[in-house]
Amino acid sequence: MSRTSLRRSSLYVGGGSPAKILEARFCAADCIVYDLEDSVSPRDKDAARLLIYRAVRYHRPPGKYVLIRVNGLYAPQLGEDLEAAVRARPDAIRLPKVETAEEVLRIDKRIGEIEAEAGIPQGATELWCNIESALGVANAREIATASPRVTALALGAEDYTASMGARRSKTGWEIFYARMRVLEACRLAGISAQDAVFSDIDDLEGLKADLETARGLGFDGKTVIHPRQIDIVNAAFTPTQKEIRQAKRVLQALEEGIRNHTGVVVLDGSMVDKPMERRARDILARAAAAGLETEGEWS
Amino acid sequence: MMVNSLGRELPEKVGSYIVRPYGSEAVETAVTVRTNRTAGTRSNGGSKLLGSIVAALEACGLQSGMTISFHHSFREGDLVVGQVMAAIRELGIHDLRFAPSAVVNLSNFSLAEYVRDGTITRIEASGIRGELGDSLIDGSIRMEEPAILRPHGARPRAIEMGELAIDVAFIAVSASDEYGNSTGQIGTNICGSLGYSFIDARSARKVVAITDTLVDYPCCPASISQQYVDYVVKVDKVGDSGKIGAGAARLTKNPRDLTIAQRVAEIIAASRRFQEGFSFQTGAGAISIACTKFLSEQMERRGVTASFALGGITSGIIDMYDAGQVRVVECSQSFDARAAGAIYSRPGVREIDNADYANAYSKGNFLDHLNFGVLGALEVDTDFNVNLLTGSSGRMMGGLGGGPDVAEGADISIVTLPIVRGRTPSVVRRVFTCCTPGETVACVVTQAGIALNPHHRHYGELREDLERAGIKPVTIQELQQLAEEITGVPEPIRTTDRVVAVVEYRDGSVVDVIRETVF
Repeated sequence: MSRTSLRRSSLYVGGGSPAKILEARFCAADCIVYDLEDSVSPRDKDAARLLIYRAVRYHRPPGKYVLIRVNGLYAPQLGEDLEAAVRARPDAIRLPKVETAEEVLRIDKRIGEIEAEAGIPQGATELWCNIESALGVANAREIATASPRVTALALGAEDYTASMGARRSKTGWEIFYARMRVLEACRLAGISAQDAVFSDIDDLEGLKADLETARGLGFDGKTVIHPRQIDIVNAAFTPTQKEIRQAKRVLQALEEGIRNHTGVVVLDGSMVDKPMERRARDILARAAAAGLETEGEWS
Repeated sequence: MMVNSLGRELPEKVGSYIVRPYGSEAVETAVTVRTNRTAGTRSNGGSKLLGSIVAALEACGLQSGMTISFHHSFREGDLVVGQVMAAIRELGIHDLRFAPSAVVNLSNFSLAEYVRDGTITRIEASGIRGELGDSLIDGSIRMEEPAILRPHGARPRAIEMGELAIDVAFIAVSASDEYGNSTGQIGTNICGSLGYSFIDARSARKVVAITDTLVDYPCCPASISQQYVDYVVKVDKVGDSGKIGAGAARLTKNPRDLTIAQRVAEIIAASRRFQEGFSFQTGAGAISIACTKFLSEQMERRGVTASFALGGITSGIIDMYDAGQVRVVECSQSFDARAAGAIYSRPGVREIDNADYANAYSKGNFLDHLNFGVLGALEVDTDFNVNLLTGSSGRMMGGLGGGPDVAEGADISIVTLPIVRGRTPSVVRRVFTCCTPGETVACVVTQAGIALNPHHRHYGELREDLERAGIKPVTIQELQQLAEEITGVPEPIRTTDRVVAVVEYRDGSVVDVIRETVF
């Protein structure tokens, strides 16, 4: 099973559309999320479940991280969704509207049972938890550490703001706290932090501004709802040439310092400290994962 | 049975048509070109205006067995073909050779009906879309002579070599004076360039200009000159400007088409030929319109402007002209109302003769100087042969247009298509109908990757340029296998031995034939 280590963009693909499922394999998103929830009407759920099962099990897009978003934790379809989704062997299952650690444990247990029945190694199926309510945000830390299956939290801004009585805006101030709290939970748990959807697919400039915020805060990736958003999102989470150059200079300066037994390493008038080194290594690791030329071993 | 250099099996003769296989011999170019044009005499201050199409048919002396022609600049908005054919039927004239520049889907007129009742018994065009094409291919309509399908550049050649001698040309124009100076650029229903009809005006024995807008003498601008026109007829309406587009003019949101268009623009920008004064043809259709936009962005980024844009023109190209990105727009066809109006309002937007665009057997054509040509396709095979005519079910789906001309003429010819359509692959082992020889195709662009043709004359150069730009091609075999993996292997289309159409190349040789399909 091929896996990319990057999780810059995850594209929702409607489970009811064979054409969209087919085309998704050719898009540049790092992660493909086959959706059984919002994009599928109640009467088409059965057909979509079968379609997604076959698509993931037998026509898995190469080089992508593959997820299946199941219906809500209290939805009548959840049992059958999990049954099909786990057996399809995606990289992860994406759970909508997770609010407590207990919910994660319940799903974790059920997935474990299906894995056992299907002969899938225990724990192979990861979980991405969508955090999209005030309660979910409040419990983000517990959710992030509830099970080793949980490898990412993803903020869902629309439902969250509705639960807060907030109005959605392009600046995103109304989700600032939620972003920070989800991000912090991810960092404490050592898992991936995924930012909320930017829903106006025609406003690519707005998307760029939103990404500037998300990337600046520290997110690892963003959920997208239309393929035209992918390139912009990928670019935002890929280090720039300038960042790569600077990171190399930092590490070179440190190496020289070690060689020359200099106590304190100074670059451009500033002391090179541990956080600077860590950031530099992180940038080069991301760049290498994105297939950019970084010359030499830096990890 | 013969096999041409593309490996296509051809009969030696179809009806009275003698097949000259593609790649067999060079064309003699030092021959005198022919015309059917008659001298005509006119009196001072006279008028050529007649009261009806029937009157014009009588005045032209149209008789059974003759050859008539039309142009397709109004595309699906054309209202002239239907009116003329109805008048012909009224006079009881039959056994005609119908030789328009293209047969498009006309909603107001059933060409098939005229073939069924014997009014038309021979067809020569760049493609036969719609009911007639399907009926010919499934054998429900049978003609004794095969349909002869020619790319745009081959039609003027065939006319000037005497292979297609036109008796009466009916030219739909949006405005004319009573003496036959006429145009597609002004009037109530404009179509823009009349480029496809110039050769007909010059070469037909009789020429009838049909308009819905009579203007004072002299008509200005005038694309068709009075010296070629025998009669003028005014009708209520010649066509619908809103339908001249080959596709919607707005930018597609289809991610697949956008991806393909983006890749094409990246290939062009990577090429060493993408420099100040380069030239291009992007065409119409969703991918082409998006490609024009992305190309414009690349040009802006690199500070490069083009010397000319060629062929069927959309408003995207007009935007580039207005922005100073293109010095001259050489317009053989107008693909939307804004592009149609631009010839009149902008000095650098020129209406050009189709022969000037694409006829390889003249003293020069614009394709000889074209750097980049972007082309659509129904199917491409692992030899890079392109099918522009028949769909996966063996039905008539398209026309040759200028595809084979542009592929050979452009330095870098780029064929675009989705890797699969619905449940059938479009990158295949062997195209059902070969229209454009693979050796003239530089590369194929799909959403699943780019394949370079190792047998193209600029392969080495293009490979180097893409490598330098960090663009990684795949092989055409990989694309074909991927397509097959997605869709499975379709059942082969079964055919009989009966040939219904021959596909001519630019030089009049035969690249392939289309056989009757067993459904």
